[in-house]
Amino acid sequence: MEKREERAVEEGAAAAAGGEAEAAAEAEAEVNPWEVSGKIDYDKLIDKFGCQRLDQSLIDRVQRLTSRAPHVFLRRGVFFAHRDFNEILDAYERGDKFYLYTGRGPSSEALHLGHLIPFMFTKYLQDAFKVPLVIQLTDDEKCMWKNISVEESQRLARENAKDIIACGFDVTRTFIFSDFDYVGGAFYKNMVKVAKCVTYNKVVGIFGFTGEDHIGKVSFPPVQAVPSFPSSFPHLFNGKDHLRCLIPCAIDQDPYFRMTRDVAPRLGYHKPALIESSFFPALQGDTGKMSASDPNSAIYVTDSAKDIKDKINRYAFTGGQDTKEKQRLYGANLEVDIPVKYLSFFLEDDDELEHIKTEYGSGRMLTFDVKKRLTEILVEIVERHRRARAAVTDEMVDAFMAVRPLPSMFG
Amino acid sequence: MGYTKDQLLARLQELRIEFSKYEHPVVLTVEAQAKHVGNVGASLSKNLFLKDKKQRFYIVSALADTKVDLKVLSQRLGLGKGGLRMAPEEALGEILQVPLGCVTPFALVNESARHVSLLLDQGFKSQQGCLFHPLSNDTSISLNTLSLDKFLKSIGRDPSYVDLEANPKVGKDQPPDLAALVPSDSIVLPEFAEGAPPSEHSNENHAATDVKPKAVKAKAVKTPAVAEKIRDDTVSQHGEQLGAVVSDTLRKRLSSELKNLAIMFKNTAYTEGFHAGTHHQPKRP
Repeated sequence: MEKREERAVEEGAAAAAGGEAEAAAEAEAEVNPWEVSGKIDYDKLIDKFGCQRLDQSLIDRVQRLTSRAPHVFLRRGVFFAHRDFNEILDAYERGDKFYLYTGRGPSSEALHLGHLIPFMFTKYLQDAFKVPLVIQLTDDEKCMWKNISVEESQRLARENAKDIIACGFDVTRTFIFSDFDYVGGAFYKNMVKVAKCVTYNKVVGIFGFTGEDHIGKVSFPPVQAVPSFPSSFPHLFNGKDHLRCLIPCAIDQDPYFRMTRDVAPRLGYHKPALIESSFFPALQGDTGKMSASDPNSAIYVTDSAKDIKDKINRYAFTGGQDTKEKQRLYGANLEVDIPVKYLSFFLEDDDELEHIKTEYGSGRMLTFDVKKRLTEILVEIVERHRRARAAVTDEMVDAFMAVRPLPSMFG
Repeated sequence: MGYTKDQLLARLQELRIEFSKYEHPVVLTVEAQAKHVGNVGASLSKNLFLKDKKQRFYIVSALADTKVDLKVLSQRLGLGKGGLRMAPEEALGEILQVPLGCVTPFALVNESARHVSLLLDQGFKSQQGCLFHPLSNDTSISLNTLSLDKFLKSIGRDPSYVDLEANPKVGKDQPPDLAALVPSDSIVLPEFAEGAPPSEHSNENHAATDVKPKAVKAKAVKTPAVAEKIRDDTVSQHGEQLGAVVSDTLRKRLSSELKNLAIMFKNTAYTEGFHAGTHHQPKRP
């Protein structure tokens, strides 16, 4: 089992390295934890990475097990790939619970909707399966990669924690931690164990490090790997070494967890399962993911209703025709239309989305109408988030981040 | 928070306002009230809570026998022929902060009712005493107009007595005689759809509140998602089930908002406990 995965990891690494060379020639998409660009073919990505498609039968199974409608992100294929999710569900059916692990690299104060997506989905998973959650804030990673000071990265971590809490996580089931605060003890012991299993060459292969990169970067991967192991959290999972872990994340994080899955059996742990999402496209189009450094590529949670309306009207790339007449004749190109794509993420009503797609695609509906509907929905989401965020105090952040037992975390 | 009956009665006593108190089982109509206090030598009142098309509210308090014609009143106030109707139930709670069947001039003691206009029946003046509910349906108090005026002045109100049965001509040369009694401010209530059913003790006849066409105009319905659903095409698409579809949407949104609120509440409560626990001073031995 491990050998096969090892080879896959190596092949993946080779492909990534090879991909770099090809990029110049074929403008192929680049997908790794620090860069996402180019037009992304998700089917190819699944093949290249070696993960599985999340098909309808799994979605139906989730519905059956949780007795509630599957989240809109599952229905619309936003979360479209997985590793061993079916095993998580098998165990769950047998009565063996699992815990959730997700995280954020706090590189900026400004969060946009793309950042919220994994958290919105994780909240749904927490509520639907009634399981605990650990959230890692990789302030050390950002300190190293973005070259910001330790204090600044810690400050950003706390600020981001507030936005994360505003997504509606249950404090009796959630542990948020920052690396600078928490690394040590059992967590660090696992980090060393993982580090011993990964050669320098391999990590260079997976993450593309060069001789010029500082050693902080090279030794970081275990930090992101070990939250997948329950023994890293003795105050939570003492004695539960066989507890499984499910990691909702965007697909660009797959390399970290390929490495982790490779190492896990050697340490006597279950491999963490993954459930992966596609990228929330930038306003200007399908050429990458939203970037915190370009304010007009994204809708920020601090945007006012007017800002949102302006951004959608001015910067959203549409598939509509140039003129009303042409639009009525030819309809819109739904493949590239950003407003429709955004609606597929956030418009909960399946029927309404279908209606809009048919009418817009055939030309009976105008771009203006679609944008208007999208603006309404986004304003609602952002307002809700702002209200929730306003209710988050520093004491609440302290409570979420306190190293404390969670007695009702499986209740 | 709204005044309670006891708070109001205490207030009256402080102001040395004379009144007689009668307790009885809860009553919702004048007829029922009459059974208990019809023979105490005071006159029963009927109290209407009304609103106009511009979200302004009125209490019309009259002797039980006085004929009150809303169409005439509407014209005299300068609101046109159909400008006045019974205020919706929700407004009773939100603005007057009294239960159903308990409209009373005393409700004006509440801050929330400061923009509600009060029209008093001139007929009260010639009575020995008039009966009103003191913010609760299980009690009636009788007092004369002098006492009532004293109370109203104490809350900054100018008592306005009107001959409610009069029907003066209103036209180009005869301005509406009660126009001065229209409130200067409208009251904006939290979102709920127009056309909610009128309060129970109304014995006026309305054209059956046309919920659908009113909703199609949808000015009061603030939630855009709902307004979107109620368009001409969705009306024809869902036909009779439009009501169910719209209420389903509303229910889903309310339910999700409620869940969010519940989680925030839980987190806040936990945080308070956590803070208290971590700052707890252990007992000295």
